Amino acid sequence: MAGREVFFEDVNVGDNMPEFVTDPLAELQFVVYAGASGDFNPLHTVHAYGEKAGFGGVIGHGMLSMALTGRGVTNWVGHKALKKFGVNFRSVTLPKDVITVKGAVTKKYSEGGENCIDIDVIAENQRGEKVIVGNATAALPSK
Amino acid sequence: MVDKNMVGKEYPESTFDVEKGKIREFANAIGDKSPVFYNERAAKDEGFEGLALPPTFPTVFAMFGGTMLKVIADLKINMAKMLHGGQEYEYIKPVKPGDTVTGKTKIGNIFEKSGKGGTMEFIVLETTYTNQNGEKVLVDTSTLIQTS
Repeated sequence: MAGREVFFEDVNVGDNMPEFVTDPLAELQFVVYAGASGDFNPLHTVHAYGEKAGFGGVIGHGMLSMALTGRGVTNWVGHKALKKFGVNFRSVTLPKDVITVKGAVTKKYSEGGENCIDIDVIAENQRGEKVIVGNATAALPSK
Repeated sequence: MVDKNMVGKEYPESTFDVEKGKIREFANAIGDKSPVFYNERAAKDEGFEGLALPPTFPTVFAMFGGTMLKVIADLKINMAKMLHGGQEYEYIKPVKPGDTVTGKTKIGNIFEKSGKGGTMEFIVLETTYTNQNGEKVLVDTSTLIQTS
């Protein structure tokens, strides 16, 4: 994100990451993601499988939810900053879901010559259900 | 039940060639329009040697590299009752188009937890990736859950 770089000096523990809201998810996106990622579990692409599994149709890939969460993080810290990114999957996504990614800085420290922050992140759907709970460590540039 | 004696088992290496087209396809699939994933000049302007990789791109190494499905078959996990419980990446060195990454997977842990829906078995897979120069670039920790 050239032009609005986040500097270590400007971030403090307790700061919130800017909220990131996705476009509504779509069945076609699950098909495109299946091909791109190589995860061809039919639960994500074949309606009958999703119905049989009790979801009423296809569900989104957990790793797509993680990818969307990652977009929220890299939109803020940039594309070179991530040192660690980990999530737990809490609930499935459905077509038309809109995911909101939120985060807060929990730690600020210098380690191995790098200026790092730890961020707690959550992704939730439009019903306020947590889809993902996770955390990231980013090394930020210094002024 | 997954055999707990499998903890520590290592699987044969798998390799994946990192290509520009796959990076663009993946970035498009996750809806990320950032130029660093599509345009080499934009990536170089931000200090990358080639196109940047989205943070979860390494899932492509696991899925197309093939280790994940081999491990699932070896552990006799029932795919219909399997959940992806968690995923963590540790980024050690940049990976760029033209690199060949080699992943070595081992079973880090197997444990059980009891919950509302019965006993769940957690299987933790640890995959370490090196590049063509033998440098460690990434650690992937995947937690699979076998529900009862």
